[in-house]
Amino acid sequence: MPALELTNPAAMPADWRDLLALTKPRVMSLVVFSGLCGLLVAPVMPPLVLGFTAILCIALGAGACGALNQWYEADIDAKMRRTANRPLPAGRMDPQSALHFGVGLGFFSVLLMGLATNWLAAALLALSILFYVLVYTVWLKPRTAQNIVIGGAAGAFPPLIGWVAATGHVAALPLILFAIIFLWTPPHFWALSLFVRSDYAAAGIPMLPVVAGVPNTRRHIFLYSLPMAAAAVTPWPLGLAGPIYGGCAAVLSFVFVVLAARVLANRAIEPAQMAPEKKLFAYSVFYLFALFAVLVADRWLAA
Amino acid sequence: MRLEEEVIRRQRERSRIFGWLLGAFVVLLFFITIAKTGINW
Repeated sequence: MPALELTNPAAMPADWRDLLALTKPRVMSLVVFSGLCGLLVAPVMPPLVLGFTAILCIALGAGACGALNQWYEADIDAKMRRTANRPLPAGRMDPQSALHFGVGLGFFSVLLMGLATNWLAAALLALSILFYVLVYTVWLKPRTAQNIVIGGAAGAFPPLIGWVAATGHVAALPLILFAIIFLWTPPHFWALSLFVRSDYAAAGIPMLPVVAGVPNTRRHIFLYSLPMAAAAVTPWPLGLAGPIYGGCAAVLSFVFVVLAARVLANRAIEPAQMAPEKKLFAYSVFYLFALFAVLVADRWLAA
Repeated sequence: MRLEEEVIRRQRERSRIFGWLLGAFVVLLFFITIAKTGINW
């Protein structure tokens, strides 16, 4: 290898830590958890190794989405403080390696899901990867302030995939879980985008606070939290979950709506004064973990 | 550390990790096969 090439860090083989960072492990943890919950609340339990493989495939699929997202948005990531140190914008990896890694991981996850569980689960996994990469990352994110509303569907697939991997068919409960995550995603991301909006503005991404302003975004956060709370409680009156879940979902959702109302009442424009937004963002992550964990506990206690 | 040494170190480290992952995949495939043949899916 010529010595000249080695002066370019991107010409070096990527470090495994950078390959791992490409998969966005923190995002993956929530995806894996919701997929696992979808699988655990299903009425039939697949053999342990097949259940494990299904969750592994969901994790690998999420990793593929992260890698392809970072490959496509390397120039945007370089403009934002939050993402400038990622492997591609930091120049620690060759873009082609990231692309090959993402595509390979995506194909592998879908193929393994089909072989291990069923092809409907594999098709849903493929759909979620394609939706995230093509519809959200490539099409919606750079074009419309509604990017996260429609794109949120990609993140809502895991519980549905987990359920279908276990049962082989779609049912009402996983569709409600899909709806909960779909409605949860906008307030979650808009809370974040409020206090990092200068980053999004610098990168030219039309997030709602950049395009429609801070007060308008706060209104949207509150308005979306209402149907999200309603969707979260729905499994109980429909008889798909018991009173333990119903009670916990009502309390958790009430706190979410109260925090969203505090965001609505906040008049601050500076990120340093956006404590309610930061609190809502942190709580929204806890909320989804807690809601799904309670649902699993409720279904198992009832079984 | 010289750049050439760093390249070799990374290549070895990646080879080792991918070797382990490949081995784990073969074991997983074995157990998937056992599970699939043992149940009426």
